[in-house]
Amino acid sequence: MIENIKFGLLSPQMIKKMSAAEITKTEIYDADGFPVEGGLMDPKLGVIDPGLRCRTCGERMGNCPGHFGHIELVKPVVHILYTKTIYNILRVVCHDCGRVISKKPLVGKSKRTCPYCGAEVKTVKFEKPYIYKLDGKTLNPQELREILEKIPDEDLSKLGIKGGRPEWLVLTVLPVPPVTMRPSITLETGERSEDDLTHKLVDIVRINKLLNENILSGAPDFIIDDLWELLQYHVATYFDNEVSGLPQARHRSGRPLKTLAQRLKTKEGRFRHNLTGKRVNFSARTVISPDPMISINEVGVPLMVAKELTIPVMIREENLDEMRKLVLNADRWPGANYVIRPDGKRKKITRENAEEIAKELSPGYIVERHLQNGDIVLFNRQPSLHRMSIMAHRVRVTPWRTFTLNLCVCPPYNADFDGDEMNLHVPQTIEAQAEAEILMEVQHHIRSPRFGGPIIGCEQDHISGCFLLTKKDTFLERSKAFQILCEIGMRPGIDFTLPKKNKISGKDVFSMLIPKNINTEFKAKACRGCEKCRKEKCPYDAYVVVKNGKLVCGVIDSKAIGREKGKLLSLVEKFCGTEEAHKFLDRVSQLGIRYLDHRGFTCGLDDYDIPEENLQDIRKYIEKTKQRVNKLIEKYYANEIEILPGRTAKESLEAHILAELKGVLSYAEKLVLENLPKSDSLVMSQSGARGSLVNLIQISTCVGQETLLGERIHRGYRKRVLSHFNWNELSPEAHGFVKSSYKSGLNVYEFFFDVMNGREGLMDKSLRTKHSGYMERRLMNALQDLKVEYDFTVRDGRKVIVQFVPGEDGIDPAKSDWGEIDVENILLNTI
Amino acid sequence: MAGFNILKHRLVPEHVILSEEEKKKLLEKYNIDEKQLPKILVRDPVVKAIGAKPGDVIKIIRKNELVGEVVYYRLVVKE
Repeated sequence: MIENIKFGLLSPQMIKKMSAAEITKTEIYDADGFPVEGGLMDPKLGVIDPGLRCRTCGERMGNCPGHFGHIELVKPVVHILYTKTIYNILRVVCHDCGRVISKKPLVGKSKRTCPYCGAEVKTVKFEKPYIYKLDGKTLNPQELREILEKIPDEDLSKLGIKGGRPEWLVLTVLPVPPVTMRPSITLETGERSEDDLTHKLVDIVRINKLLNENILSGAPDFIIDDLWELLQYHVATYFDNEVSGLPQARHRSGRPLKTLAQRLKTKEGRFRHNLTGKRVNFSARTVISPDPMISINEVGVPLMVAKELTIPVMIREENLDEMRKLVLNADRWPGANYVIRPDGKRKKITRENAEEIAKELSPGYIVERHLQNGDIVLFNRQPSLHRMSIMAHRVRVTPWRTFTLNLCVCPPYNADFDGDEMNLHVPQTIEAQAEAEILMEVQHHIRSPRFGGPIIGCEQDHISGCFLLTKKDTFLERSKAFQILCEIGMRPGIDFTLPKKNKISGKDVFSMLIPKNINTEFKAKACRGCEKCRKEKCPYDAYVVVKNGKLVCGVIDSKAIGREKGKLLSLVEKFCGTEEAHKFLDRVSQLGIRYLDHRGFTCGLDDYDIPEENLQDIRKYIEKTKQRVNKLIEKYYANEIEILPGRTAKESLEAHILAELKGVLSYAEKLVLENLPKSDSLVMSQSGARGSLVNLIQISTCVGQETLLGERIHRGYRKRVLSHFNWNELSPEAHGFVKSSYKSGLNVYEFFFDVMNGREGLMDKSLRTKHSGYMERRLMNALQDLKVEYDFTVRDGRKVIVQFVPGEDGIDPAKSDWGEIDVENILLNTI
Repeated sequence: MAGFNILKHRLVPEHVILSEEEKKKLLEKYNIDEKQLPKILVRDPVVKAIGAKPGDVIKIIRKNELVGEVVYYRLVVKE
């Protein structure tokens, strides 16, 4: 058990005490290829060869953690990572007596004396990477260390040093890391290749030895200084090979060496690569594809994956027979891959030894069985931005090669099927499985804590289907209604009982799915916001009434069952529980699809046919608008334009023109609503399944004004956007008004404007997601340790109160109705 | 703007200085010492207006659309 970790400096004594061997020799191996004692691969530093035992602790490879050695430096050198610290200390201490004489660094030229010893205070200059000058005279590390040694212990707290000595910042002894953290590798050719750190340490030992010899033989000072400087360089690059001002130490091949700092730093460093981003076992990753017929909490797992991923099962009397069958199956799904005997021995199950192992099985054995249908697994798609990015699913083994998931769970993962891949993890212990099931299963995440509505709901065809089915004039043959309900997995007599009629209304069919205790009233998407709502007698069938689980009136559309809006879905989740909501969602989505299968659903170009005379109308209207705009332009040139507050004349003109051109769209809107043929395209837009009214208008009638940054298009050539126009032309066409429809086709310059607009949308989206992603990350990091305590206060990691009532209103958005409390429906459904 | 009373502005919630006894009760209720309370600077305009001193605890009564009133406490601190 680690109780605490202390970060600090090692004293020279400590380094020597930790050391298992002093390193003095530059050779690593002798002529026979054995490591030299006192060399950098000294056997006392740990074992990296399988089979050998450590000279220091006697353990084998894997158990021996490795042991530090040390190098006695002949002359001290500065620790490169603490040069700034040393400089800061030098600036505030007296260089003669070592007392701290100033709170702030001494600046200015005024001569000062030390209040303790009276010596004159010298100015300190630091030159990168590791040169210190006192009044212009270079200090060597020896002298530097002497100054630091003089600082009395009682002054250290003033310098912010706790549990250490400043002179330790100048190294006299260098710890040599154990061989286990710098293993050498034997190439196929039999050649040995050493780790970068070993190479660097060899350099240090070599120069250290050379320096020692030169000192002993009384070499001239300049030679000694040169070697000392070289030693300093090697020790500095040993710690960090990316110090500015120093040439990088390179490998023979010219590749810069990866020394200590390089091992830890950056995305590929130890922290971000190996510690924050660890790889895990019992996981799988592959492409995803849709399957509308599996439940929302299921995931289709390829057979190949199911045979590779395992769950350990402890054998008891109760499951002995079952496990024996699995063992006999061996690698034939559902089988098992390994058994673990009570003594801990693992044995691979093959077809050959399966029978033998099956006989041997008894309580106490552990079988690692294949993934089976119904097992709990965690399913994830990156980027994992919210808690719904990892949810627990039930396994359904499939013969294909992709993970399959229900379309309704795409939104929480933000997944589509254009090549997306997803990850799957298998919880191994029953505790983990239980936890995943209780906290993480899909149905518990139907209501999003972001906005308090269902984030998992019906999509596209599900909505179109239910919309068509529940329209006023939809009636089904009794047999057909029966068949559809059976197709979606409802059992006659148990899950549904049809009214005793030959023609069953679509509303009655839909009612079979609604839980019996649901009562509600709400407005559907088709609601036109009449001045006086006629409720049940709504002429558009837009007032939905559900009584005791029966759809009395109103049509089911995105406002009832859709994602983020579905009132009915939200209600079922709230009053019948997550399990019931899960069942409801499965059935409703499949009902929609099944009904479309029976009815047929298609869209084509003729969905957008508008009678010729109506198209004439819109063209005439556009002409009229153009004339009005031209008048505005004339007015502008005559300086008679009505100037809007806060705008220049030109800006006012633009605003006026934009307003005029918007009129075209609203005219077209009315026209399209009245004259567009009844088609499946219209159904999609009306039910809220996909597509908006604007899409319909743009395809059928007129694309309208294209904008860049909310204005008409002004970018382009000098004085004009494109060479199709006159200089300084202000007319609608010249600045991006597209009068054609997508169906009739755009002319050259219209097409160019449309593409400009399209590109803006694309840029916007990609730039925005980048920014908002980073902002969200920062916010999450800032708020991650806030927690609601048992006394209902929100507190941070230090237990300082942030809020006295969670969210200042005490409402849990994950249990609310769109952030509020829906009193009306609570009353309707509980009393 | 002489004589402008910020306490009467509709966006400024009601601020009350807690008595010594109320303060003690509050700290006991949440089992905290005063350092764990949210803080407000003495030079905050509202603090000046109601004349609170460092060490005082201010009770802020905020109006909320959904739940009516929400109380919040802040400790007045020096800079």
